[in-house]
Amino acid sequence: MTEPLLRPRRKDPLRKTREPLLPQGLRSRTAHGLTAAAAEGRFMLQVCTDCGFTLYPPRDACPSCLSDRVPFHDVAPGGMVLAETTIRTSTDPYFRERMPWRIGTVTLDCGPSFVAHLHGDAAEGSRVTMTLRLDKSGNAVAIAMPDKPTSHQEDDVQLRELTCDPKFRRVLITDGRNATGQAMALAMAAAHASIVFVGIADAWKPFPGETDLRAIPCVEIVPLDITDTRSVADVAGEIAHRVDILVNTSEHHRAGGIMNRHGLTIAHEEMDIRYFGLLRLAQHFGPTMRARGADGVNAAAAFVNLLSVHALMNWPEYGAFSAAEAACLSASQALRAELRGGGVKVLNMFAGPLDTEWFQSVPPPKLSPAALAKATVDALRMGIEDSYVGDIAQDIRARLDVQPKALERELGG
Amino acid sequence: MKRRGYEGVAVCAPISVPYRRYSVDSAHWWIGRALHALTQRTGLKPADIDGLSVSSFTLAPDTAVGLTQHLGLSPRWLDHVPMGGASGGVALRRAARAVQAGDADFVACVAADTNHVDSFRKTLSSFSRFAQDAVYPYGSGGPNASFALITRHYMNRTGATREDFGRICVAQRANAQRYDGALMQKSLTLDDYMRARAIADPIHLFDCVMPCAGAEAFLVCREEDAQAMKLPFVRVLSTIERHNAYQNDPIQFRGGWAQDRDDFWSMAGIAPGDVDFLQTYDDYPVIVMMQIEDLGFCAKGEAPVFVRDHSLTTDGDFPHNTSGGQLSVGQAGAAGGYLGMVEAIRQLTDEAGATTVPNARVGLVSGFGMINYDRGLASSAVLLARS
Repeated sequence: MTEPLLRPRRKDPLRKTREPLLPQGLRSRTAHGLTAAAAEGRFMLQVCTDCGFTLYPPRDACPSCLSDRVPFHDVAPGGMVLAETTIRTSTDPYFRERMPWRIGTVTLDCGPSFVAHLHGDAAEGSRVTMTLRLDKSGNAVAIAMPDKPTSHQEDDVQLRELTCDPKFRRVLITDGRNATGQAMALAMAAAHASIVFVGIADAWKPFPGETDLRAIPCVEIVPLDITDTRSVADVAGEIAHRVDILVNTSEHHRAGGIMNRHGLTIAHEEMDIRYFGLLRLAQHFGPTMRARGADGVNAAAAFVNLLSVHALMNWPEYGAFSAAEAACLSASQALRAELRGGGVKVLNMFAGPLDTEWFQSVPPPKLSPAALAKATVDALRMGIEDSYVGDIAQDIRARLDVQPKALERELGG
Repeated sequence: MKRRGYEGVAVCAPISVPYRRYSVDSAHWWIGRALHALTQRTGLKPADIDGLSVSSFTLAPDTAVGLTQHLGLSPRWLDHVPMGGASGGVALRRAARAVQAGDADFVACVAADTNHVDSFRKTLSSFSRFAQDAVYPYGSGGPNASFALITRHYMNRTGATREDFGRICVAQRANAQRYDGALMQKSLTLDDYMRARAIADPIHLFDCVMPCAGAEAFLVCREEDAQAMKLPFVRVLSTIERHNAYQNDPIQFRGGWAQDRDDFWSMAGIAPGDVDFLQTYDDYPVIVMMQIEDLGFCAKGEAPVFVRDHSLTTDGDFPHNTSGGQLSVGQAGAAGGYLGMVEAIRQLTDEAGATTVPNARVGLVSGFGMINYDRGLASSAVLLARS
């Protein structure tokens, strides 16, 4: 069993903040097939199309038949730890300050031997389930997990290097006026976040759900309006050094296409709230988060964007809205590169229409804010960076994989 | 087809350039020193060296070709053997064939590496594509961690204990105390060995070689030329080489020697009992045990018993790594793959001085190299005999 994590003490302001170091991030192009799998929390290896051989490490030819048709496929993640070691000295600065570190040779049921990180409860001779994760450098590594869940397994020190678990972390939810922000606050509190800062613009204006929100014990309301650069700067000045996970819940869902709208007023609002809002948050909270990527148990871990899945392919009925979401997606990729230096992840949650008043006329299936919040907590616990939540989002993800042009036509009605 | 022997080939002029823990000099400098010593020893002029075989990890951005201009050589036969610990045997067997065929008359075989502060870390992180993709991101323990897994599995499977590995290390240290070139000559007891700090369990400090800078070299030529130069030489009885053997073993438990040893002994026409000393590649003692087994000195899995029952010092009943091996001399990169070869040539030409194995007539030199992902891929072995 895993030693449960202790709630971190208040930080001594005189102590130097440990600078974030990264494990080596160089990978071959083919090895990024593992990164793609890890980004979505899948366990994929190359499987030869011609002879069915499963191979690892990543190669550009099948070592069984020399075919070059070796795409990545989901494979059975079961295996057995054949040998383990505890590394006590390392030439690498990142691992050197994290010694001792356990690794092992895992013989996979699907064939290859995989030298992997070992969860503390994955012992030599025992059955394990392999998972691919993103390490602090943003690249895939495998960690062998115990076959069956063990107590406090999420608190394992090696595993926690690979995840963004909200437990004992401080979360900023940027907009608590909407249902998603409120569901997110509840979910983060249930996930043992130590503080949940919730941004409320114009706090003198009452809003539905306010009483329940304020009743959550670890919630602290902060006056945040992400359309106001000054407001974002002020809040960041107060709390940026205590924000370990930032969840941007600001939303602006309006129907209407490109040509069918009159004027740019709504488009301006969309871009101001969504795109410029993201930029304001990134500029004022990002640098501090990046500097705090190795700051102990509650190191900065993740910047979370809630995006419409139509960021990936425009939905003309919500055409300008989709375009604003696409801008956010593009910005998130840049932000991901910028935060990587601190080992801080950017998590994009792709969702279909929410079951809120703004999608009132859209037929089901629709996603409840509570389901989106739960999925966000799950994604943080896994440490993934792209999550497709609900039936619509997963459907669009699958159709994009098969034939993007068909999807474009089909969404156009 | 029956393999042709190495009749008429002479191996001579063993050269070791004294090792240093760190060196501000380049691999080029170390290779230059080794070749200079070789010309001094043989009387050959640089222009006479018409064959060159080079093994080095730290020549970048140069290649063996660039090295010829750097050193002012003009060989008509040039080889680069990037096989780490298997380099010595592989370089020798290629050079021997070149000389036998008349493609070259005098092949200088040289292995050298420098060791700058921090060059070891840089070598590890970019050693191979698989190392970059699938080894270094996992704790960056280097070969210590990889061989820890192999050692652990070997212990589980054979019942080998740390003491068994310790016997190998302690005996080699005793040998090193007679070899001036060894960087580690402080006496080592089994107690010292057992009490050493853990590096990557079950690997402890004295299971590990120390990276250093150094160079080794020898000359391959025709017997009549060696005689004309009055150079004592050794003959080559047989050689083997294998890469990526037993690739379906889930973890390394044997090396390529096991696959090729019947060929090896039959080519030489002798048996393991005829060997007077053994030079193994000792990057870790578990690999020594695998070589003892896979080359046929005992059955698979019985090397732990074998090392308990034999004395491995130069004056023992199974002299092994007579100059102290890399575990005591130091691992000078690719030169580690030449260490046993050069020492064996010294033994069989009466140049071994204080490490001399009395009346040695036949020696076996075994090589092992290139842990690409989870196991060493290259193996080589050579049987040498007094001329």
